[in-house]
Amino acid sequence: MIHCFRLKGFNIVLDVHTGGVHIVDDITYEMLENISLPLDDDCKKGVIEKLKGKYTIDELEECFDEIVELYNDGILFSEDDYEKFADYAVASPVKAMCLHIAHDCNLRCKYCFASTGDFGEGRKLMDLDIGKAAIDFLLEKSGDRKNLELDFFGGEPLMNFDVVKEIVKYARSKEKEFGKTFRFTITTNGLLLTDDKIDFINKEMSNVVLSIDGRKEVNDRMRVRVDGSGSYDSIIDKYKVLVSKRDKSKDYYVRGTYTKYNLDFSNDVIHLYECGFDQVSVEPVMGDEKESFAITEGDLDKICNEYDILVDKLTEIREKGGFCNFFHFMLDLNQGPCAIKRLRGCGSGNEYVAVTPDGDIYPCHQFVGIEKFKMGNLHNKTFNMDIKNMFAKTHIYAKDDCKDCWAKFYCSGGCNANNYLYEGDILKAHKLSCKIQRKRLECAILMNVMKELEKQS
Amino acid sequence: MKHIKTINKANLKKTAAKGGCGNCQASCQSACKTSCTVANQKCEKDA
Repeated sequence: MIHCFRLKGFNIVLDVHTGGVHIVDDITYEMLENISLPLDDDCKKGVIEKLKGKYTIDELEECFDEIVELYNDGILFSEDDYEKFADYAVASPVKAMCLHIAHDCNLRCKYCFASTGDFGEGRKLMDLDIGKAAIDFLLEKSGDRKNLELDFFGGEPLMNFDVVKEIVKYARSKEKEFGKTFRFTITTNGLLLTDDKIDFINKEMSNVVLSIDGRKEVNDRMRVRVDGSGSYDSIIDKYKVLVSKRDKSKDYYVRGTYTKYNLDFSNDVIHLYECGFDQVSVEPVMGDEKESFAITEGDLDKICNEYDILVDKLTEIREKGGFCNFFHFMLDLNQGPCAIKRLRGCGSGNEYVAVTPDGDIYPCHQFVGIEKFKMGNLHNKTFNMDIKNMFAKTHIYAKDDCKDCWAKFYCSGGCNANNYLYEGDILKAHKLSCKIQRKRLECAILMNVMKELEKQS
Repeated sequence: MKHIKTINKANLKKTAAKGGCGNCQASCQSACKTSCTVANQKCEKDA
């Protein structure tokens, strides 16, 4: 399978099953659009006949021969022979956890998927015993996995920061005995950040996600306090301090959500860059289409165009010697994850689970509160392997919309929660997300192509 | 080649044979909590 697309004057051809990326001239592009396997004499004659009014026979023959050469090298029209690997990860250990340290929040973001922090289950904080039990669960279930990931999530995790610190201490005390390394991350809205908390986060957390939507008016429209006032002025300087004090070897992202109200979100990415942040993630809101802020099919043209604009803006920054990493344009065309990893997405419900303040276990934070997806509880030490096995099988070959999609090795089947929440089935791709994802991927591939060509010249 | 320039190593198939060690990051633990992106994860085999 190949995917051909034109963007910013480049003709790009992706060979889906090897990940090969080729730049081609117009004649080759047109030829590729008009041929399919087998590349035999009939195919050659047919396409030459079709295009001979536009190009010379010599040119067309030369071009066809180059296509055949790449096909013979196995990097064009390559075969899909990955399905046999699809069952590999069924028995995967659990090695990553989203720990809901606080089902409470000091913001009332209008698009919050967690019912403004309590996930519809009442406002509560996790106690240390549950936190320790979560660490024990991860140690017990992680088999031979060395790196264990634990994200402190909420609600707002800084509302329960003493427990965060104690859980980190407890987990660290177990690392040597179990031969594991904990990688902690935290996602915060920043309101309660203090110098002490910043220092702790910068010391202990391998990644920190700092929520902010971009420009003040954009942020303050959606990310409001209980009294309705905006949060931008209270967090922006704190984020700057945190990032300025952070070791460059550790990750961070300022992360925003765009909605129907700011479909010109490239301005928000650039605003965050101009505030001094060079690691930026801004992504589409997910929500009921009836909500006024929700993104709908009708917004897609504008959104796709906005990603094109973002490419231009980020390219301009790079050409001027600056650096801004946009999360969804990150792609390593040479050394990304292996094909096995790419067969299924985030690992939710299989190698990744979420734990609530009550000790309930769910496939991920987005499933919290949906009874039929409750996998177990830390108090009574239950863990439903049937649900785990069901999620283990959510690979791209089990998803009808994915197996023939050119983007399948980049998004790996998308978000199971979005699939369930918006399409009613974890195996049914959420079409709106897919369309946005494919556009981002084309932009990401293009940006990598441009960088590679710059390097080569 | 005159008409086609290959940009990368196109090595995805080779990674299947020795892949699946499971040491890389769960993708949703990074900066996306709602939009799964796997291809930007780093391979951490033997890390």
